[in-house]
Amino acid sequence: MEKFGYVAMIAFTICGSFWLEIIFKVGVLRRWKRALSSILPIAMIFIGWDAYAIKQGHWFFDRDQIIGVFGPFGIPFEEYLFFIFVPVAALMTIEAVVKVKPHWGRK
Amino acid sequence: MTYTALAITGVIVALTTDYFIARTRLIRTKRFWTSYAIIIFFQLITNWWLTSRNIVMYSPDAIIGIRIASAPAEDLLFGFALVTLVLVLWDKPDQ
Repeated sequence: MEKFGYVAMIAFTICGSFWLEIIFKVGVLRRWKRALSSILPIAMIFIGWDAYAIKQGHWFFDRDQIIGVFGPFGIPFEEYLFFIFVPVAALMTIEAVVKVKPHWGRK
Repeated sequence: MTYTALAITGVIVALTTDYFIARTRLIRTKRFWTSYAIIIFFQLITNWWLTSRNIVMYSPDAIIGIRIASAPAEDLLFGFALVTLVLVLWDKPDQ
């Protein structure tokens, strides 16, 4: 179970945000193309940052607490999930806020 | 560059992009700061999980050494930059 330590954080982020789709009908998943075009450019910048930070030794991961799959630049798979699902959670959050307070919305 | 320097740069880039480049000016809206308050609450929980269990560790040379909920203060700047830039692009789909 120990190797799911980081994945558990991703699962928590998904569980903590995706219910907004059901309860508040935030429509982030329905607008997946717009969501991806908002997330992917920024995710790529942050993956570049991550690659640099790992190379420089700014941060490093406990190999016993990650599943052990690595993507490009030797970055753990969980990090790629992080840069997708944390932004998704942020989008669902702001859309839920606008659902509750419509007058705070667009412009 | 240290994590500290990069994290401060990230925040400046995010604020500049929001205010002057995309002109979304989210930082002047209640919906942004309300959302960010919710996000930072959960970030502190997840940061605590990742750092108190040493899933992610940091070089003392790369950070200033201030820890919030067990994670380097820089993580909050990193998170702010990530979230703000994504919300700016989301807010400005038809440019």
